[in-house]
Amino acid sequence: MSTKTTTQRDVLGTSALRPDGIAKTQGDFAFSSDYTAENMLWGATLRSPHPYARIVSIDLSEAWKINGVETILLASDVPGKLTYGLISSDQPVFATDVVRYQGEPVAAVAADHPETCRRALAAIRVVYEVMSPLSTIEQALDPSTPPIHPEGNVFRHQRIKSGNPDIVGDVVVEGTYEIGMQDQAFLGLESALAYPDPGGEGVELVVATQWLHEDQKQIADCLGLPREKVRLTLGGVGGAFGAREDISLQVHTCLLALRTGRPVKMQYSREESFFGHVHRHPGVIHLRHHATRDGRIVKIEGTMKLDGGAYASTSSAVLTNGVTHLQGPYKCENALIDSWVVRSNNPPCGAMRGFGVVQACFAHEGQMDKLASALGLSPVEIRLINAMETGDKLLTGQPVDSVAPVARCIRETDAIPLPPPLDVTPGSLALPGGSGRTTDPGHVKRGVGWGVSIKNLMYSDGFDDTAEARCTLSNGVATVKFATAEVGQGFVILAQQIARSVLGVDTVVLDTIDTKIGSAGSTSASRQTWMSGGAVDGACRRVRERLFEHIAHQHGLDPHQLDIEDTDIVDTMGPLRVPVAQASAGLTIEETFLHRHRATEELDENGQGNCHVAFAFVAHRAVVDVDTELGLVKVVQVATAQDVGRVLNPLALLGQLEGGIAQGLGLAVMEEIVVDNGIVRNPSFTDYLLPTALDAPDVVAIPIEEYEPLSPLGAKGVGEPPCISVTPAIVAAIRDATGRDLSRTPVRPQDICGV
Amino acid sequence: MTTNEMYSLTVNGEHRDVRDSWIGESLLYVLRERLGLMGSKGACEQGECGSCTVLLDGEAICSCLVLSASAVDCDIRTIEGMSPLGTPSDVQQAFVEEGAVQCGFCTPGLVVAVHHLLEHNPDPAPLEVKEALSGNICRCTGYGRIFAAVEKVVEVRKANGAGR
Repeated sequence: MSTKTTTQRDVLGTSALRPDGIAKTQGDFAFSSDYTAENMLWGATLRSPHPYARIVSIDLSEAWKINGVETILLASDVPGKLTYGLISSDQPVFATDVVRYQGEPVAAVAADHPETCRRALAAIRVVYEVMSPLSTIEQALDPSTPPIHPEGNVFRHQRIKSGNPDIVGDVVVEGTYEIGMQDQAFLGLESALAYPDPGGEGVELVVATQWLHEDQKQIADCLGLPREKVRLTLGGVGGAFGAREDISLQVHTCLLALRTGRPVKMQYSREESFFGHVHRHPGVIHLRHHATRDGRIVKIEGTMKLDGGAYASTSSAVLTNGVTHLQGPYKCENALIDSWVVRSNNPPCGAMRGFGVVQACFAHEGQMDKLASALGLSPVEIRLINAMETGDKLLTGQPVDSVAPVARCIRETDAIPLPPPLDVTPGSLALPGGSGRTTDPGHVKRGVGWGVSIKNLMYSDGFDDTAEARCTLSNGVATVKFATAEVGQGFVILAQQIARSVLGVDTVVLDTIDTKIGSAGSTSASRQTWMSGGAVDGACRRVRERLFEHIAHQHGLDPHQLDIEDTDIVDTMGPLRVPVAQASAGLTIEETFLHRHRATEELDENGQGNCHVAFAFVAHRAVVDVDTELGLVKVVQVATAQDVGRVLNPLALLGQLEGGIAQGLGLAVMEEIVVDNGIVRNPSFTDYLLPTALDAPDVVAIPIEEYEPLSPLGAKGVGEPPCISVTPAIVAAIRDATGRDLSRTPVRPQDICGV
Repeated sequence: MTTNEMYSLTVNGEHRDVRDSWIGESLLYVLRERLGLMGSKGACEQGECGSCTVLLDGEAICSCLVLSASAVDCDIRTIEGMSPLGTPSDVQQAFVEEGAVQCGFCTPGLVVAVHHLLEHNPDPAPLEVKEALSGNICRCTGYGRIFAAVEKVVEVRKANGAGR
């Protein structure tokens, strides 16, 4: 270790600030919706009002008569592949003969003004023969139900059969848990601007997405263009949370631009956004836990059924993720679990922060509380007795070789002081009903609940989601290039911190995020710190090696004895000390690095296989005040200790923890897309409620910092775990306050005070 | 989609002509698409999320809910007017330093809302801050760092005021 006093530099481990932060506060940062072009047209989408209908005819004649309408496109205008999709290409660019969900695109227009677009859409006459929608999971699983799509009504069935299925525990608890459909509700609505190449030979798209290269592939296929003719640049992304992993307006925008030969901008309204992206899968999970008299889980039996909606998206992967996490962060050797994800005429579902594990966790944590109560143990005791450790085997047979400080997460959360009692002075804004005279303090009951979870990091099931990055060092300035979607999580900060740490530079320029470099994979699955972080680290290290070789050669030294200390290259065995800026003067060293995680396996028919890369763990304890008369809930405090590996940026980490907790709170007490026989009843922020500043609990967060040797930077992904077990913790706290057996999330007022 | 209407708005102290605008355009649309002031964001079109917050005669309002042509006699202050010389305001600086910015889409509206709050209540209690900002939805941060940013501004302003 160097004894030299270091000045604070924004290297790994510090709370380095966002390079785009000031611009974002000043309104200068260009989100995808802020792009505009000369001679630009606006695009808009006509969507089906019916969840299931046959298209009898489409009459465009009245729409064409409207001044300012430049083009109208139907399925017959799609030059390439007529369908797209992340895993299975089963979703039409525009519906042809059948619409399978309310909001399915049927046509698109380009016109001179958004209002002209609206009028043109209203003037298109589509005659539908309305059919009865397939709207329940049970209906989809019934073999006598006619298929609503050529690929059938079941996206995937996955069984997990492990150990001895005949073993019986001393104690058996059973529960059925239901999870509502949650929306990602990012603030920055879907938007893109497409610039056609002259002659229509290609197109450039500025878009807010999570995965530029996957978009590029799917768009090019539908446009019938070679991939390199479709060039994507990341427009500023106003949040994502999974909802930008699938194609929404990308293909439509490009088609309109290519057809008109003019730049076209598309931008969804909030209502359209609810129909334009996939949501979190709703589902029903039934579990039966067997345990010994001293509280050890010996077997888990059950079923998990998810509704994937009309098209596949990532449903099959969500199911695999969900079912392989149904045991939670607990030791167990025996299981028989069946799981299905089905197709229906409900809104398509796919990726959302937590990806199947949110649903699984709600169920397994409900079971843990039932076990505790059956055995006379506390929620903490039952979880500590069963807490998973490194070296344990999952029900899939996969050994957990990640750092697994589950017990520590629980203990440190438990040690966080509970909040003071409710302030019942008149006018208190802290009451569940807020500042009005809604809540009678005499009806308020306090409850405490627990949730603990395990979450896989990176893609699973045999998918090789690599990430590429390039680093160029010249005259003491590092330039880093990657296609990693910055969606708000802060990879742009991390990339700069890595380059500063590895190369000893202070100025790190971030190149444009686009498809002029290899894929970074998706900004999802808590994977970019590990994957793109690994790629940036690898590229910077290669550059450093070459710089060391250069300096070593100049001074007749072995490059292996050189090191970086702050902003200097130093000889660890001699007096040499050269500032990096000086050492790299007049040089340009460029290196590219492809980071690849270790291979995973697909699950076999019994759900066996090393399907995941690595795992992270977290514990949550929630304290709530419930107005038991009105069914109102105020989440007072959430305490959490999260397994994060090495802390790379404490401030950014805290932001992920607090933000994820708020989303999990939303799913616990307010957020649900209400779907009634295929019809969405609340596609707006007036009716789909999101946590506001007044709903935000006090969060007390402790990072459990144990270096993860599997990770290139020693850090685990931290994005998803915060939102997973906080939901069951809050619902458990409401159970504790009310004595009600709440088996459904979000908890509604009628669940609390209904008869 | 144009008419021959012409009117003027006073935005950040400047008179700005709005030409050929359709009369149904919201103030948010005109600020963004006619005047090129892209700092105000649209995210719900219903006055629920606060991303489009501007000051209209000193009051924080949702510009998506105001017809542009109805704002002709008003003093409109947008996020672009919060740091007219480019130097970040204390609120903007605190937002970055305290980690209140992630995706940043809600940020301009929140910055306007915080300036508005502190102009009217320089030393708000924590629950008053929550109440004042409850019309601005942030989906990324969970609000904790936003509260920290407000606290920091209040502290610094108090310290500076005490020193004067």
